[in-house]
Amino acid sequence: MAEVLFIEGGRVIDPASGTDGVRTVVVRDGKVAEVAARLERPRDARAIDARGKWVTPGFIDLHVHLREPGQEYKETIATGARAAVAGGFTAVCAMPNTKPVNDNASVTELVLARAAAAGLARVYPVGAISKGSNGEELAEYGELLASGCVALSDDGRPVLSAALMRRALEYARAFGLPLTVHEEELQLVGKGVMHEGAASTRLGLKGIPGAAEDVMVLRDIALVELTGGRLHVAHVSTKGAVRAIRDAKARGLPVTGEVTPHHLALTDEDVAASGYSTDYKMNPPLRSAEDVRACREGLADGTLDAIATDHAPHSAVEKDVEFDAAANGITGLETAFPVCLDLVRAGALSERRLVEALTSGPARAFGLAGGTLAAGVPADVAVLDPVAEWTVDPARMYSKSRNTPWKGRRLTGRCLITIVGGRIVHEEGRTER
Amino acid sequence: MIGRHKHCISLAEYSREEILEVLDLAVSMKEVLQRPIKKVPSLRGKSVVNLFFEASTRTRSSFEIAAKVLSADALNWTASASSVTKGETLVDTARNLEAMRPDVLVIRHSAGGAPRLVAEHVGCSVVSAGDGAHEHPSQGLLDCFTLREKLGTLEGKTIAIVGDISHSRVARSDLHAMTKLGARVRLCGPPTMIPAGIEALGATVRTQLREAVEGADAVVMLRIQHERIGDPLIPGTREYSKLWGLNAKKAAEWLRPECVILHPGPINRGVELSPEVADGPQSVILDQVQNGVAVRMAILYLLAGGNPADAGEAKA
Repeated sequence: MAEVLFIEGGRVIDPASGTDGVRTVVVRDGKVAEVAARLERPRDARAIDARGKWVTPGFIDLHVHLREPGQEYKETIATGARAAVAGGFTAVCAMPNTKPVNDNASVTELVLARAAAAGLARVYPVGAISKGSNGEELAEYGELLASGCVALSDDGRPVLSAALMRRALEYARAFGLPLTVHEEELQLVGKGVMHEGAASTRLGLKGIPGAAEDVMVLRDIALVELTGGRLHVAHVSTKGAVRAIRDAKARGLPVTGEVTPHHLALTDEDVAASGYSTDYKMNPPLRSAEDVRACREGLADGTLDAIATDHAPHSAVEKDVEFDAAANGITGLETAFPVCLDLVRAGALSERRLVEALTSGPARAFGLAGGTLAAGVPADVAVLDPVAEWTVDPARMYSKSRNTPWKGRRLTGRCLITIVGGRIVHEEGRTER
Repeated sequence: MIGRHKHCISLAEYSREEILEVLDLAVSMKEVLQRPIKKVPSLRGKSVVNLFFEASTRTRSSFEIAAKVLSADALNWTASASSVTKGETLVDTARNLEAMRPDVLVIRHSAGGAPRLVAEHVGCSVVSAGDGAHEHPSQGLLDCFTLREKLGTLEGKTIAIVGDISHSRVARSDLHAMTKLGARVRLCGPPTMIPAGIEALGATVRTQLREAVEGADAVVMLRIQHERIGDPLIPGTREYSKLWGLNAKKAAEWLRPECVILHPGPINRGVELSPEVADGPQSVILDQVQNGVAVRMAILYLLAGGNPADAGEAKA
């Protein structure tokens, strides 16, 4: 039987239940038993002193790449789940662009089995929209749902055919699955490797205009209107996409969106300042300051529902090459909280909204359990130190890969303890790397 | 060293003084080239490796001659005959060449930033001979050298750069160097060939050739890169040459008589320049080629740490 935990004296921030104040949280039998201002510590309980700390629901990440099966040299489900809990994430949605693609029950079951064996974060598989993510034939959504998928995506590439996208939205309705989409119009992208603007011009790198994302978001919103399917826009990066989602929501359409910490914190000028560092190469690319401002506003006003990391581990083989040739993506699970906390300090986001976008926001977008500390729910909890300073040393991270633009940077904010289903799965300073 | 720089990768990072340091030294280097015996011992015992991942005759020969005039050993290395075709990475290639202890690596590569990546992994000096659409610093310096020679100074002068600015590393290096030396730069081309935000680098942008070249002290005509016309940037070379090409009639009507015409070469005769303009009295294209050797001598000398005892001979 799991031990009883008595998390006392922390500031409990649980936007889903409207709680924000010093409370004590009792965890028993794997569930949140009680949250109250004054409680007697049960004799059999392990006390966790959370004074000066934040106690929040465990974070839920709608967008990670765990690379297993197929590219275990970059990350495995176990190392990815370890990185997740180290960052305060108790649940992650694993994108299907593995090798093979997760477009059938056998891959989904393998992911779930490996996640269960790791016993760390909850891993929710995302199935493919199309077979092999080739954009040609619908995958078997019934089988994917039955085997445990929570959403559908061809992430890594857009669904180029509007006709297939229409059918996917229609067909998915029967299963209540949202489509989480990677939006880029590939002909506008061309051979682009970073955002098109003054920085790409200076660096002589091919640019990707913001419109490449905008036109696809607008197309898919039109298809939502046609079909009534649920659309979730992954890694929103442009002003135009934020505006389109805001308008769609105002019209009552079932459209949600997520934004990554790096698209909230960095711009194309950071690519230039890095001197072609491939740790700044991602897709969508880091955008202009104006786009970053729009994404921050979109997150603050609820247009964007969730912060998702798009954790994309790559080895040195893919990254220690010319910028043009490098793989897209950065790791993100272990740095998401401090990077986003910086937005709070900059006045771009309230503390409550930050926690909401990491917990109940994503839970609602995909209809997942968790995201709250209400009594009776499985006890997925993060204990966070909002003032702890630390320097990002890739060699000391839990992810198998080292591709982070925050290498060597001093960040403020750290996850101290992560609890999944009432069990402590990460304890800063005690969990071995 | 050039100023505080160990490498010559980007003129965006060079100060006015650092640019002038190269140009001033190139004056004495050019004098060496005029001698009957074009050889000084300044870089005796030093070695320069030309590492070319893209086809080039002019630039590679220019660096090779520059090294040889200074008595450095020059090795030419081309990607088609290399391990790159066997899958070796750029960093590994550079490290292997570095292990052979060259003093300077001159690198041309199709990817912007490639020379910088190499510089991060080797101990010797790195000179960019052009990286993607980023920069071609020695070309920028030789263009400024030629303009100083012809105009006396760049201070207060107006220079038009015409053509496919989007894909031109020459345009970027020219722009950085010329504006630092006090010139006003007008960029001109079809709107599809003008990259986003280029004004932020200190240029004005025109889309009409006449507006760009009228009153200019110099015009740099760029090569239309046929290999990139696959991108639908223009309808074809026919309309381009009518609207943005320079022929004798336009030159006579729109250019000041003392305006000089530059071109980094190779020229597409009849497209950006008609033959009578390319070979006409205002053209300084062949001066650019000779000045290129002098400027590259200066760059190699400064980076390879020429022997001070021999420097007098080079600078004499």
